[in-house]
Formats: sequence, structure tokens, C-alpha cells
Amino acid sequence: MSDTTMEPAVPRGARNAVITYLATTVVVLLLMMVFGLLMRLEQAGMDLMGAAGFYQVLTAHGAGMVGAVALGSSAVMWYFLRRHVELSTGVFLLNLALFLLGAVLILGGIFIGGFAGAWTFLYPLPQTPMGLWTQAAAASFFLGLLAIGVGFLLLYIDIARALITNYGGLGRSLGLPQLFGRAGDPPPPAVVASTMVLIVNTLGIVAGAAILSMSLINLYQPGFEIDSLWAKNLTYFFGHVFINATIYMAVIGVYEILPRYTGRPWKVSRVFLAAWAASTVMVLLVYPHHLLMDFSQPTSLHVLGQVISYTSGLPVLLVTAWGALTNVYRSGIRWDIASGFVFLGVFGWAAGVIPAIIDATIVVNTVMHNTLWVPGHFHFYLLLGVVAMMFGFMAWLTRSQAEGDGFFDRLGFWTFTGGGLALVAVFLYSGASSVPRRFAEHLPEWAAYAQLGSVAAALVILGTLLLALRFFLGLKRVANNVA
Amino acid sequence: MLQSVSLLLTILLVVPVTAVFLWAAFSRPASVDAGELAARSYRLRDWSFWVLLAVVTPVFLYTLTLMPYGADAEAEGVQTVNVTGHMWRWDLSQDEFRVGEPVQFRVTSQDVNHGFAIYDEDMTLLTQTQAMPGYTNILEYTFEQPGTYQVLCLEYCGVAHHAMVAELTVTE
Repeated sequence: MSDTTMEPAVPRGARNAVITYLATTVVVLLLMMVFGLLMRLEQAGMDLMGAAGFYQVLTAHGAGMVGAVALGSSAVMWYFLRRHVELSTGVFLLNLALFLLGAVLILGGIFIGGFAGAWTFLYPLPQTPMGLWTQAAAASFFLGLLAIGVGFLLLYIDIARALITNYGGLGRSLGLPQLFGRAGDPPPPAVVASTMVLIVNTLGIVAGAAILSMSLINLYQPGFEIDSLWAKNLTYFFGHVFINATIYMAVIGVYEILPRYTGRPWKVSRVFLAAWAASTVMVLLVYPHHLLMDFSQPTSLHVLGQVISYTSGLPVLLVTAWGALTNVYRSGIRWDIASGFVFLGVFGWAAGVIPAIIDATIVVNTVMHNTLWVPGHFHFYLLLGVVAMMFGFMAWLTRSQAEGDGFFDRLGFWTFTGGGLALVAVFLYSGASSVPRRFAEHLPEWAAYAQLGSVAAALVILGTLLLALRFFLGLKRVANNVA
Repeated sequence: MLQSVSLLLTILLVVPVTAVFLWAAFSRPASVDAGELAARSYRLRDWSFWVLLAVVTPVFLYTLTLMPYGADAEAEGVQTVNVTGHMWRWDLSQDEFRVGEPVQFRVTSQDVNHGFAIYDEDMTLLTQTQAMPGYTNILEYTFEQPGTYQVLCLEYCGVAHHAMVAELTVTE
């Protein structure tokens, strides 16, 4: 493992900005995890909040979790990318400010205004409240998401500026010249991955902003009608790209942290560059797999959804998972929770896409769509994938080089991992048993699944609490570790 | 059936992936020649890619023959049922059917998005399609057993989404 002298210095302002991002992320994550537990308890038969309360919490959990992992994973990306290009700390903090503004608007719309249109806000549900929320509540939710989207757009514009200034174009920072045989050193992994993320997520956010703006107009001018299938396409294009971008941002932590533990650099090969270039295109094409049960959608788009689902994640996943295994194999690595979480993150991603790809098979989707199979696979690669990678980064920043991990650090790691695996297993088994997702009340024969799921969720929260505590207590070590 | 196959396949694939990660994590002793190890590993990766492609492609192509789309709206000898989703009830032009006779459900919505899903008596999901305002999705299904079937909503549609249930009766 490297010592502090090998880490490039990080200016105090940038360091504190990253810490603020991560602190915000972990607080929001914990709150959203508690919301998740509350939902599982409600489904287990405890009457805690009623159906109206359940669907409000569902809306907050979905939007909040996506926001939290986006925030945390962008901190991972920004921290490592700024070693290669000059980024603006001011813009980075502006994104955080807009995120917090958005979070207030979203939570206000939900818990003050009663909005419960789910994170998907599928047109025309937000405009059809049946007396349960006001126009202002729906508008507040839309504006909150827009504020968060604008923040990320500004961040990506700054990253694009820095990459173009440094490399002369996004094609070059993606490594296309080296991919097609030109001599010279390719860009480092953090630069390649960041280029891909900013390209796809800018398009994703623009699509999201379009449907949010249209929905806002329709809210106050119902004569401005929106085609419901078109609205659904825009929502899922935005949602799919945005959540996938979190994986591609967080995975930079794998490329950067794991080699520091194994002493083996992560080399950028032509296969690596080809994988990222291919994924840049395929991530944009894969979203139709969310609409496989919309039979009015052209069949060609359904087939495209299945084809690209089989191939979309594979290039980068194969490069990253195989690369991580090769990097670690017989390296003599000394495991701690930082390296452990990063490696767990790669596992969660690699294993989690298996049930996801199965679900993207059209014939399977007819019996799995909108069952608990779906949260089963996305919790697999988000909770045990992206969140684990983020926790690895947080643990690495705050590690004690003199003393190593303590008992509670290891307890936090294993409680989170065990709870996460159990949570995912229960979701997948429930989905295979046809239990619907997004149901406030479950049939008596489904209650046992929700009870087991509640125990698993409680373990995840306990593990996260321990890790959050370790993070906050370890903040005094960050300056030593990275400067 | 499809659910069991999916679960089994997931287990059969996740277990070896887990084993490989654990094997790599605890592999000993440390090797000094990382370059040779990496070269061997990437040769294996390239070989695995082609094996994966050879195995997955026929499975993939076969599943495309089972797609639920393209029901013939003009077909004869088919029972046609108009289904309209409302917040929070199903309006069906017919709810009694015979075993073995194909049924075409023409599914739409009067208000927001709903999900028209048919469950059997064991509460196993048999098939589904979305109910969308402004669109009619044609879902064709042939009941194989007599009994009472449930229609559940599988697209979140508001506060009583979970209570949006209808019953279908299938006789010999």
C-alpha cells in the first residue's frame, strides 16, 4: 500500500469540497435507507404510515437515492479527474448548492404538499392528484429535479471545458486516436471515464429537463397536451442514463484505488478504450428495455432494448471486472475496508447485471416487469456496486495508516455486505414469486418476504451507520492522507 | 415456470462469479511477475468472450421467437375483450372465458398509466401489458386451466394502486 508521500497534494478548498459532498451523500443515504426500511415494514404488515404516506416515502426514496449516489459518485470522479485537468472548485460547489436547493424543493413538495407521483413522475399522474396533492406540490417536485439537473449540467460543462482545453477535444480525451492506432500515450482511466459520463449524462439530463419542463407547462396549461408514450420514453431515457452514469463515475475509484493497494498500475489498453467508446453509444440506446410492456412501441425498439441490454454493460464491465480480478490475483494485497469496498463494488456490479440482463429478455419481462425482481437487480449493482465503491473511496480518504482498521470498521463492512446481500436475495426471490413492486399493502402470503427484507434493510442501515461514524471521526486524517 | 428458470439461472451464474471474486481476493502466494499473469489473464478473457458469445447468441435468438407482440387484430375465433383502466378500477367488457380459447385483451386507460397483469389462483404472474392513455395495447393469452384469476395493476397509479383488482373466471 502506498504511503502519504506518494499521494499528490490536494488543495484545502478542493479537499473540503469533496468532504462536504461525501458528508452530504452519507446523510442523505442514511435518511433514504430509513425510508426504505419504513416501506418494507409497512409491507410486512405494520401500519406505520398508511398508503398515502407509503407512496410519499416511495417517491422520496426513489428520487433521493438516485440523487445521493449521483452526488457521491461525482465526488469520486471529480477528486481523481482534477489530478489530470484543472477543474473549478466553485462550479463543483455550485452543483452541491443546487442539489441542496433541489432536495429542499423535492422534500417540501412531498412531505408538505403531499406529492406522491414516484421518481418516474409518469405523465399524467402528477397532473392527476385525485385531491392528494396540490399543483404547487407537483411543481415543487419538478423544479427540484430541474435544479439538480442544472447543477450537474454546469458541472459537466466545466469538465468538458477542462478536457477540451487539456486534450484538444472530447474524442481525444476518450482516447479515440489511440484506439484507432495513433501512437502516443492514451489518456488515464479517470479522463476516459469522465469523458464518457459527461457525453451521455448531458444528453440524459437534457431529455429529463425537456419532459420536466413540458410537465410543468401542462400542470398550469392542461391544453398543452403531452403524448404519454413520448413522455415515458423521455423519462426512462433520462432515468436510465442518469443512474448508469453514477456507476461510470464511481468506477473511477476502482481504477485509482485498487492499484494503490496491489502495486500494479491499471494500464489503458486498446481494449479498454474500445470498451468505453462502445459503452458511450450503447448506454444511450438501451433504455427501451424499460418499455418492453408498452406494446404500442415499435417492435424494433423492443428488440433493440433486448439486444443492447445484452451488450451494453458488457464491454466496460468485462474490462473492469476482469481487470480488477487480474489486478488483485496473487498481488499480495493487504485487505482493509477501503480496498474491500472497492472490490465489493466491482463484484456487486458484475453479479447484479445478471438478473438485470435476464429481466431485459422480452419474454421474461412479461412475468418480471414491475415485480420485486426489478429492485432486486438494481439494488444489487447500486447498493453493493456504486454505494460500495463510494464507501471504498470514503474509507480510503479517512484511513488510519498507522493503526489500520478497527473492530467497528470491520463490523460495519460485514454488516453492510451481509445485509445488502440478504436484501437483494429477498427482493429477487420475491420477484420470482410474482410479488409486485410499489405496493403499499401486501397480501398475507407475501408478508414473510417483507419481514425478512426489513431485517436485511435494518442490517444495511446499521452497517452504514458504523461506516458513517468512521467517516466523520476520520475526517481529521484526510489532510494527512492526501496532502 | 419462467420465474423459476430466471431464479435458477441467476443463482447458477452469480455463485461462480462470487467464487471467482473470493478466489482472486485470497489467492496466494504473491507473484512477482505481474506482467506474465496479466498476459495469461487477458488471453483467457478474449477466449471467454467468444465462448460467451457462442452460448448467448442462440439463447438470445430463441427468446426473440417468444415475443408477445404483434397479435392479429383481425384474427377469427378469438375472444376480444376491451379493458380500460381507471383510478382505481378495471372496466372489462367481459370477464368470463373458456379454457383453450385465445383471448385478445385490448387494453387502454382513461386517465393515467396502469399495468394490466393477470395472476393465477396461486398468485403467480402469467402475463401483462401496460394500459396507457391514448394507446391500445393488444395482449393475447390462452387460459390453460379453469379457475378464478386476478387482474392486478402493475404500474404505480396513485394512492389505491395496490387495491386496483379485478377477477376473471375461466371455465371448461
